[in-house]
Amino acid sequence: MNWSEFFAMNGYGFYVWGSYGVALLVFIVEILMVRHRRTLALRQLRLLNESGEA
Amino acid sequence: MRLAINWFKYSAPTTFYGLAGKLIPFFAWPAAILFALGLYIGFFVAPTDAVQSEAYRIMFIHVPASILSMFIYLIMAGYAALGLIFKTRLSSMMASALAPTGALFAFISLWTGALWGKPMWGAWWVWDARLTSELILLFLYLGFIALQASIEDPRRADRASALLAIVGSVNVPIIYYSVQWWNTLHQGSSIKFSGTSMHVAMQQSMFTVLVACWLYVIAVVLARVRSIILERESNTQWVKELAETKQ
Repeated sequence: MNWSEFFAMNGYGFYVWGSYGVALLVFIVEILMVRHRRTLALRQLRLLNESGEA
Repeated sequence: MRLAINWFKYSAPTTFYGLAGKLIPFFAWPAAILFALGLYIGFFVAPTDAVQSEAYRIMFIHVPASILSMFIYLIMAGYAALGLIFKTRLSSMMASALAPTGALFAFISLWTGALWGKPMWGAWWVWDARLTSELILLFLYLGFIALQASIEDPRRADRASALLAIVGSVNVPIIYYSVQWWNTLHQGSSIKFSGTSMHVAMQQSMFTVLVACWLYVIAVVLARVRSIILERESNTQWVKELAETKQ
């Protein structure tokens, strides 16, 4: 089996890679969103701390 | 009672925040390794299916995602109920942290199911009992998230969304038994306690991806709950004294 055959998935390539591609995308987007939420939460806390000290 | 006190120590956001941070890599790295291993077995070891050709390989993500979309819901409803009964802050925060991940797994289940359904059934979607109840599960997750977002006071939001989560949990056994209770287009489980009709490499792949997904869920939910703790406890002294909130 060569690589082009592998990616063709015997004619089901669109369905198979469409499934795994979107699942992978969902995981990546979720990880980025979780990291972004932490950045926002920490930024908010630093602002609170600054205003508390001033 | 000493033991009980020690256990409850970790139900306080103060101690759980640090513990969760330390635990994340121990779940995240095995998750990544097991995903790679499970998909390697699924694509390079498992043979082509006699009936479904290569399209059946979608099952290696479809089945684990579907199982987890149901399990996460039950765990979320369980935490929400604990928060409602014992008024433990961390339980409600865990329920909030689980909801987006559960919704994403329900989405992956529906999406991969549609991409399998089109070549195998000739339709992206049918209003079959299994598919419809899984769609309702996605809406329950979205309803839970929307309800929490719509109520200003977090404690009231916790109570209202907990009720929704608990009532909605009836849907999980409906999804699970739908293929037996109704005459559905969706097939029943191929893996049974009494023996299985699947090739061993297919089972190994599905099981490995399932474990990988579980570990991924734990890691990502622990990471999310840490932010929720910071957001909700922002007025407390211990959060103000955390090293990461200093410049």
